[in-house]
Amino acid sequence: MKIIKGIKVIDKISIGRAFLYLPSEIKIVPEKDTSPLEEKKKLFKEALKKTREEIEDLYNKLKDKYKNEAEIFRAHLLILEDPDILERVEKYLNEGYSLPYAVKISFEESAKIIESLKDDYFKQRANDIKDVCDRVIRNILNKPKPVLSCLPYPAIVVAEDLTPSDTAALDRENVLGFATDKGSLTSHTAILAEALGIPAVVGLKEVTKCVKNGDVLILDGEKGIVIVDPDEETLERYRKRKEKIEKEEKLLDKVKFLPIFTKTGKRIEISANIGRPEEADMAIKSGAEGIGLFRTEFLFLDRREPPSEEEQFKAYKSVIEKFKDKPVIIRTLDIGGDKQIPYLNLEKELNPFLGVRAIRLCLKRKDLFKTQLKAILRAGVFGNVKIMYPMIAVKDEIVEANNILEEVKKELKKEGKEFKENIEVGIMIEIPSAALMADELIKYVDFFSIGTNDLIQYTFAADRTNENVSYLYRPLSDAILNLIKMTIDASHKYGKWTGVCGEMAGDTKAIPELIKLGIDELSMTPQKIPKAKFTIMNLNY
Amino acid sequence: MIEREFIIRNKVGLHARPASLFVQTAKKFKSKITIRKEENEVNAKSIIGVLSLGAEKGDRVVIKIEGEDEREALKEIEELFNTNFGEDNEDN
Repeated sequence: MKIIKGIKVIDKISIGRAFLYLPSEIKIVPEKDTSPLEEKKKLFKEALKKTREEIEDLYNKLKDKYKNEAEIFRAHLLILEDPDILERVEKYLNEGYSLPYAVKISFEESAKIIESLKDDYFKQRANDIKDVCDRVIRNILNKPKPVLSCLPYPAIVVAEDLTPSDTAALDRENVLGFATDKGSLTSHTAILAEALGIPAVVGLKEVTKCVKNGDVLILDGEKGIVIVDPDEETLERYRKRKEKIEKEEKLLDKVKFLPIFTKTGKRIEISANIGRPEEADMAIKSGAEGIGLFRTEFLFLDRREPPSEEEQFKAYKSVIEKFKDKPVIIRTLDIGGDKQIPYLNLEKELNPFLGVRAIRLCLKRKDLFKTQLKAILRAGVFGNVKIMYPMIAVKDEIVEANNILEEVKKELKKEGKEFKENIEVGIMIEIPSAALMADELIKYVDFFSIGTNDLIQYTFAADRTNENVSYLYRPLSDAILNLIKMTIDASHKYGKWTGVCGEMAGDTKAIPELIKLGIDELSMTPQKIPKAKFTIMNLNY
Repeated sequence: MIEREFIIRNKVGLHARPASLFVQTAKKFKSKITIRKEENEVNAKSIIGVLSLGAEKGDRVVIKIEGEDEREALKEIEELFNTNFGEDNEDN
């Protein structure tokens, strides 16, 4: 039995067998060999067939739910069967090179042609070529690419780290939890675990070295530890604890659809954070009373041109309609130089988190901003929508954004399109300067929503994705609570309201503190809503 | 053998989905099909080749088709260019 300590993500427990996901590159050396040409060609043909089946399988799994991701695999099929590449492989085989090397060099030469083109989009395609090449070589060597799309048994996935593309095709039925070497509370693995409602322990440093495929693991999301190969006594203890947690969950099911008051009668509104329209149903099922944060980045990523007004309108409308008269707060584009968006031609910045991002970008790229505002205003006709600007640092930014909003309304009138005239506008409070000047900023908006993740990162000057400074993630420190209090007080002074839409909103330890400070609304990942409601019901203030 | 010149009119040019669609269409036919931009001529059934042309909106390309099903192939390729590779223009 071995215990490894990491960072906990969700207060749940999982017991199961490990599945190691280590998609590291296979090293191939340039060499000739003496095996007969016909045999190599036959082996190559078989590897191609197997690879084709793998890719088709991924495509079929994704095509209904995730159209854009599926398209990538369709392109992979074309690369796999590319006559140029096949010709090259044959040439190298005829020259006597080993099959793995012939394949590697042929794909690499093609990737180089594509890489030499200027366009950023092409550079991404070069990665696709390498990806396909890796699959073929693995099939030749009979070391199939580990995939998360089809786990061999219900498993706890053990990995160095997980990226969105690793988890695109994740086998959601059979995954019991995640244990990763790297990562922090706000890394992709953590966010995904939350979305799926399964436990995860991240930042374990060397869990991949201590675990073999099939090892029994206990993932303790309450303590943030992983127990490898536990003894019978420990296992029994955890089975009981797990049962108890599951019983509590059933209890939560009963309260989750109720409007929530503390014991002294203070009403707290509980809403959900979502990042895609599809998540709206999950939010409703979890008991959300509205959407406190609708992130719009999904519309802008993985494509070659910005989304049209019509496309955005449809996406916003689909969510707004589901919530009828309940509020849906749409956050305008929150993106910057840390994301690859070829069509925006963003300058490389030394410090993208302190650079031209979110509202700063929108005020520079009015075309983008106006299109988005138009789409939101038009969708607003179908329900109770509000607009929220991210990353506001100073008053001038609000004034300028609001001026553009008015301009856009005039344009819509001219175009004869129907839209919501009296739309509420709020800002994210996530930069200390905004919290410090909340008294002034509130005059220009209808509400505040505190983005605690960024507020903490900017207050302590500690990168939230860097686990070496994760000790500075201190949501309950006085530094943060004071900034939150200033924000709430300023809004109340003007008869307005403040919500929280960062991690803190769903943290059952932070909730009592936020309520003491007078918070009006809490918006969180849907999965956290039932427990948050239960916590609030039992508060004595 | 048939040779035909086309002007690319869709927004993104022969990249991304349009390039995939073009190659998928070419692959349906037995005929030898090539596509040329200026002096670069490549196999139309090769996605690498087609992408390497870097054909943008407004560029002229020449398609050459040779084989038993060349007429059918030309018809389908023409259709692709005429419909702007299915790129929708819902903005307009």
